[in-house]
Amino acid sequence: MKGRLDPRRIGLSLVAPVLALVFAAVIAVVVLVVSGYSPKSTITQMLDYSAQPRTQVLIINTATYYYLSAVAVAIGFKMNLFNIGVDGQYRLAALVAAAVGGNVALPGPVNIVLMILVAMAVGAMWSGIAGVLRAWRGVSEVISTIMLNAISTAIIAYLLRPGRLAVQTQGSNNIGTKPIPESGRVGGISLIPDAGMKVFGLIVVAVLVGVGYSVLLNRTVFGFDLRATGGSQTAAVASGVDVKRMLVVAMLLSGAVAGLVGMPQLIGQSYSYSLDFPTGLGFTGIAIALLGRNHPVGIAFGALLWAFLDQSSQILDLEGVPKEIVTIIQGATVLSVVIAYELVRRYRLVAEQRNVGKALGETAEPPAVTTGAPA
Amino acid sequence: MPAAATQTGTEPAPGAAPIAVQLQGITKRFPGVVANRDINIAVRGGTVHAIVGENGAGKSTLMKILYGMQRPDEGTISVDGTELTLSTPADAIAAGIGMVHQHFMLADNFTVLENVVLGSEPRRAGGRIDFDTARDRIHRISESYGLDVRPDALVADLGVGDRQRVEILKVLYRGARILILDEPTAVLVPQEVHRLFGAIQELTGEGFTVIFISHHLDEVLEIADEITVIRRGETVATVLPKDVTAAQLAELMVGSELPSPQTGVATVTDRVVLQGRGLTVRDADGRDLISDVDLTIHAGEVLGIAGVEGNGQTQLVEAVVGMVPLASGQLELDGTDITGWGTRRCREEGIGFIPEDRGRHGLLLEAPLWENRMLGHQTERPNSRGIWVDRKGARADTERIVAAYDVRTPSIDVTANSLSGGNQQKLIVGREMSGSPKLLVAAHPTRGVDVGAQAAIWDHIRRARRDGLAVLLVSADLDELIGLSDTIKVMLRGRLVADADPGTVTPEQLGSAMTGAAAAGRGGASAPMPDPVAQDRAAPAADPPGSPPIDVPNQPGSDHPGEQP
Repeated sequence: MKGRLDPRRIGLSLVAPVLALVFAAVIAVVVLVVSGYSPKSTITQMLDYSAQPRTQVLIINTATYYYLSAVAVAIGFKMNLFNIGVDGQYRLAALVAAAVGGNVALPGPVNIVLMILVAMAVGAMWSGIAGVLRAWRGVSEVISTIMLNAISTAIIAYLLRPGRLAVQTQGSNNIGTKPIPESGRVGGISLIPDAGMKVFGLIVVAVLVGVGYSVLLNRTVFGFDLRATGGSQTAAVASGVDVKRMLVVAMLLSGAVAGLVGMPQLIGQSYSYSLDFPTGLGFTGIAIALLGRNHPVGIAFGALLWAFLDQSSQILDLEGVPKEIVTIIQGATVLSVVIAYELVRRYRLVAEQRNVGKALGETAEPPAVTTGAPA
Repeated sequence: MPAAATQTGTEPAPGAAPIAVQLQGITKRFPGVVANRDINIAVRGGTVHAIVGENGAGKSTLMKILYGMQRPDEGTISVDGTELTLSTPADAIAAGIGMVHQHFMLADNFTVLENVVLGSEPRRAGGRIDFDTARDRIHRISESYGLDVRPDALVADLGVGDRQRVEILKVLYRGARILILDEPTAVLVPQEVHRLFGAIQELTGEGFTVIFISHHLDEVLEIADEITVIRRGETVATVLPKDVTAAQLAELMVGSELPSPQTGVATVTDRVVLQGRGLTVRDADGRDLISDVDLTIHAGEVLGIAGVEGNGQTQLVEAVVGMVPLASGQLELDGTDITGWGTRRCREEGIGFIPEDRGRHGLLLEAPLWENRMLGHQTERPNSRGIWVDRKGARADTERIVAAYDVRTPSIDVTANSLSGGNQQKLIVGREMSGSPKLLVAAHPTRGVDVGAQAAIWDHIRRARRDGLAVLLVSADLDELIGLSDTIKVMLRGRLVADADPGTVTPEQLGSAMTGAAAAGRGGASAPMPDPVAQDRAAPAADPPGSPPIDVPNQPGSDHPGEQP
């Protein structure tokens, strides 16, 4: 385990995101100055606002579904699969789960488990289509998942109408699925005092998913196969991995986790899939997975950072600063983080080769080609 | 007869044509390996200069340097007497150097005309492409050099021979006077090769200079005016084709300066471990890559497959380990029918596999050594228990392999990438020998490995063979094949065409059988028979005692292979 806890190694892992964030912050400051706003007061406002208990709860709740979304994306990334379809997967899954939860009269806990399982199954099925197309027809999962996103939007629009899965929400123009009965809801946790709000109970699910993701990847043969396939498909084939099967299974897993993205909101807050159910979480997940380097803990920090930026920026509009500044920070962060990781990766490879050479007391020229002289 | 390491020959030049390209002292290092070391080549204008060498000998790197795709760490390049710095292919093109890649760089859905002008489009006023001028030029070039290229044909409709001529035309269109042809015959059938050679002769007749890269030795002998042999990144000889045979060239390519890996006492038993009958593998177009191959390997036997690369050895190996499906045929491992099994089942059943390309198939380069120890055996003890990875077990066993196989590394947590090729290979060999396999499939087990590691790997294979391991050995190193094998079969165009007795066969005889160039042999070594190796085996008395075969490894050789009688 020495290698994993090598402080130098951990330090190098942190260099890239920190550099990227600093760079993104510099860009944000420049943009603010150029547009005539004070960077200092803007940042102070954001920090002050995020220090309020209510904002903190919102940050944690937002981070919860960001985390799930990013883990779904990361499962694909580990195998060089780009699941852009998390967005469609979680929305479709949430709609079907909400409809099931609102219409099935089962004892509370059973209903909750049922909704979660239905959501995972729907998400997996939706991403599985892309997996099967990729494995057997060679269709790029990037294209197919983008198209599946559009299709799921259309399907949701079709299903979410009165007479099908939707009913009129009382006291508003909104329509949504039939509310989940009281017993099928998961109450919040009063994590932060005086917030007047509670943290999603299903944050537990997010934690379990993170632990499960880590265990699956690092401790199981399946996870090894998955990482091997991502590291070198040719080597994985030679080692006996059935790559087609692996493609499908990885997409199914990614979709199953994607199915969970909407659950904290559905079972913990809105109790119904309505027109204003949050959208776009799948795309945020891609950015956070990149930022967190597909690492279960890294993703958690990434999700919290993203949620912090999203939530604390809400104050800016009130102060007359366009909150789109945060979008600029987020965009710059993702771009610079990708570049920074690649630079650190290359540096690391070269540095390690050099260190190994030094440790073995060899010259820069290994004996591989010094066979000119007859033995 | 040339035997041992030969210095760069200073043969009298054919004619006294001025030197068109001069490479002096070219050295190129990559992390962990020297791809080219002090390469010196002088190519005379208006000639065909062949560069031959095994895969991985450094030919491609050298050509990339000459074509500006890579910068040499040391050394100079001169074209027509002027020293140049080539930083990009554009610089090379400007200097009149053009390259025809082994894999064609053509857009299928474009016409020949569009492909040729792509990237250097002649413009009319207003920015439109001047296709008419281009078409005329293509016609002119095509007719001058007998290339027979129709400008308006769609590339998708062309055969490989036609495409290659389009590539050549593309290079000429850009004004190249020096053409690099990288393995141009690899994809051609004999008639097309003949045609290509016709075109090359037209070109050199017109004063063009051609650098011809190949490992098809009989073709090299046919077309080249001069031949430079590269081995392990160094120029070992420059010879004239009239002075050498294919077999002598083969020997220069693979070298025989190493101590011969003598097998010692035969350990072959009666127990059949691998039995293959009628093995046939086809490509996507239904062409046979290997046809009707029968082989039997007994416990304690090393079966060597000799052959010029690209004659089906790769497919044979991949079929045995279940990486490519058999079109027909049957495989039995130790009495169990394993036909149609996937790689994992084959490996679990006891097949160890040393792949020919360790970077692509043998290692996860960016993963630590202990994870690489698991690769290919991730479902087996001590790497896992059930569905769980056994980190402790895998790490402990990696430490064992590192010690037992002398893998030089500071720790098992460094990435595979940071080890030298030899140490990577020792790790792979150690891994594949673990868990007492029944059959070891070893493709070029010592390729790109230093002498010390090579000897160690041979020792390990020999020891395992003594303990009853069956080995399928594919190698381009003829000394290795002869030294390690109990039986040698020669593979040519997907078939096993000859048997050889490693006890009596010489590398030259084997080389002749491999290249199918038996009749072309001039050195007196090979019998003028279509199947000299089998012939030789049938009559071992051809080498009477006391008068060993002409080519004995270790025998200090002459410096000038061409001067041999």
